[in-house]
Amino acid sequence: MSNQDAGLEWVVERGKVAEFARAVLNESAEHSKPDAVAPPTFPQTLSFWRARQPRPSGGGEGRDMRRVLHGEQEFEYVRPLRAGDVLTATSKIVDEYEKEGKRGGTMRFVVSETQFRDADGQIVAYSRGTSIVTSKATTE
Amino acid sequence: MDEGTQHSAVVIEKVDKAMFVRYAGASGDFNPIHWSEDFAKSAGYPTVFAQGMFTAGVLATFLTDWAGESNVRRFRTRFVGQVWPGEQITCSAKVTKVYEQDGERRAECELSVTNEKGERKIDGDATVVVA
Repeated sequence: MSNQDAGLEWVVERGKVAEFARAVLNESAEHSKPDAVAPPTFPQTLSFWRARQPRPSGGGEGRDMRRVLHGEQEFEYVRPLRAGDVLTATSKIVDEYEKEGKRGGTMRFVVSETQFRDADGQIVAYSRGTSIVTSKATTE
Repeated sequence: MDEGTQHSAVVIEKVDKAMFVRYAGASGDFNPIHWSEDFAKSAGYPTVFAQGMFTAGVLATFLTDWAGESNVRRFRTRFVGQVWPGEQITCSAKVTKVYEQDGERRAECELSVTNEKGERKIDGDATVVVA
């Protein structure tokens, strides 16, 4: 599918890395360093940077947050991200399909991928996520 | 770290709603289903529950504490059940394969998150660099 967004500058900020590490209960001394390695799930904070940009999944404002579940998430690193990195993030939908769920009625799956590139255009990381939009609540 | 090596730890004695609020602020995931009782109930849930990525982040912390902060090459999580306030959370890892790639010695690990009853919350896997 050709729906890649225009790309977004994404800065790996030292304070944000420390704040995020604390929120995921990471007490390593690593996060007080100026070039701290970002925790593996840190790219999730990209949502702050694109809050005002339309998302390729068409999500955000109009989406009923009661019905959106996170199915799966994967991160792949060519190298670790460090505080001070200035990267460009481009996102696109890579798959979209529907399934009949037992608990949640009809479920629509949206798989998106974000690529993070450095100043030389080299890919340093990937983030791939699956969102599930259900037609009713899915408690166990 | 060799094939068959296992590691497990209780990472949260008792899940607290304040953890979801802090994660919302740190991550930018402000879906009120994770912090507003009214909103969660209006959606048909008994109460608020953790952001999947909060629990995934805690699992990643368990992994980096074990394998090293800069040694994660891949980290994947599949969300199989919600994490509720009051639960005790255990993370587990098992090395399934050790191999050489791109001049590095790497290990494939199976990961899981369970509560005190052994109910699974996350199934995952990761690739880490080992010395």
